[in-house]
Amino acid sequence: MEALTSWQILDLLLISALLALAWTAMAAKDLRRAVALFIAFGLLLALTWVRLRAPDIALAEAAIGAGLTGALLLAAASDEPDPVPSGRISAAGVVLTVVSAGLAVVLGWVFVATVQQADSTRLAEEVFANVETTGVSNPVTSVLLNFRAYDTLLELAVLLIAVLGVLALGPARAGYGAPGPVLSLLARRLVPLIILVSGYLLWAGAHAPGGAFQAGALLAAAGVLLRLTGTTNGGLPGDGAFRTLIVAGVAVFLAVGLSLMLAGRPFLGFPVAWAGSLILAIETAATLSIAAILLAAFLAGDPKHAAANRGSKTWQRTHKTQGHANEL
Amino acid sequence: MIEIAAGMFIVLALFFFISGSIGLLRLPDGYSRLHALTKADNLGFGLLILGLLLLQMDLLIAIKLLLVWLLVMAASAVSAHLIAQRARRQERGLWKP
Repeated sequence: MEALTSWQILDLLLISALLALAWTAMAAKDLRRAVALFIAFGLLLALTWVRLRAPDIALAEAAIGAGLTGALLLAAASDEPDPVPSGRISAAGVVLTVVSAGLAVVLGWVFVATVQQADSTRLAEEVFANVETTGVSNPVTSVLLNFRAYDTLLELAVLLIAVLGVLALGPARAGYGAPGPVLSLLARRLVPLIILVSGYLLWAGAHAPGGAFQAGALLAAAGVLLRLTGTTNGGLPGDGAFRTLIVAGVAVFLAVGLSLMLAGRPFLGFPVAWAGSLILAIETAATLSIAAILLAAFLAGDPKHAAANRGSKTWQRTHKTQGHANEL
Repeated sequence: MIEIAAGMFIVLALFFFISGSIGLLRLPDGYSRLHALTKADNLGFGLLILGLLLLQMDLLIAIKLLLVWLLVMAASAVSAHLIAQRARRQERGLWKP
């Protein structure tokens, strides 16, 4: 047996820790404990992506998977009573188990098939060979915004549909109690810095790991921090401006695609000379949309009424029972 | 020579991280766990950054490391404060000898 290198030992530790965390998060009885374990799982998953040399996905996983989803789940779990184990095995549970096991087998087969086909032409080589025609030098961005721009447009459309569901929940959740001076000070210092880093990630996406999804998630994180420190609507603008923000990504994407068609090119077929600027325009709009949508999901409702909701009975009740808890 | 010094700082950092983690697992109540974790981890983290700085020739990366150090210190100090404040209000989990 060959001796393991230190990297292989690290990878094995990483994989075992990931599996153990996933299992304990699923098995945890206490919802908040499960969420904390899920956040730790997300951070280790980000490290795993770094080990797989996929820093773009690592950034997205850390920002969206661990950070924002963690905040969303924590906010949801604090309203939810802990589930009482019934001790019985439900029919739905059996069906879910069988379906999951089937999925695991299919995924395992896909993995084996992919590994065995390693010698045939991979799409990655095509991408590397043609990356200079895309207007950006980061191959990941070239795939997301140029070769596979359709996919990204539809992803943004999915987010737009998701936020319609959020808005259908009615007015946003009541805000949190006033924070102590220490947290306020940290938020005041951090929010401008987060916005700056988000702008950097958007700009860097053209040539280095980064891009609209990571930048948008970070911008939304600034909003989450604002909401946790007393700004009820998380810094989102009023009705009209908010609606403009959430459709901006899809709208700019479609406008660029259709203008290219008017100019006699295929839909989203960027001319090489313009590709860089067009991609930056699309990504800027997408960043703002993604941030607004993720933040609306954290508010769990329409931000328009968030401030007005303060006087309502629901808010007072939540505030009385959770005022201290919410300072965390 | 610099590599040896950096290595010593990093090993020392690991020692403090491990002590902090053992403290988190072994100490009896919330306050003492918080105390072990924040003090030992801050020291460990500072030493780790110091070790990495010594290995770094690039000024830009060195500045980024210092920025990371500052941000983590600020975040961990504030979160430790918040956890302690919440525990104080609930007065739960106090260790009684």
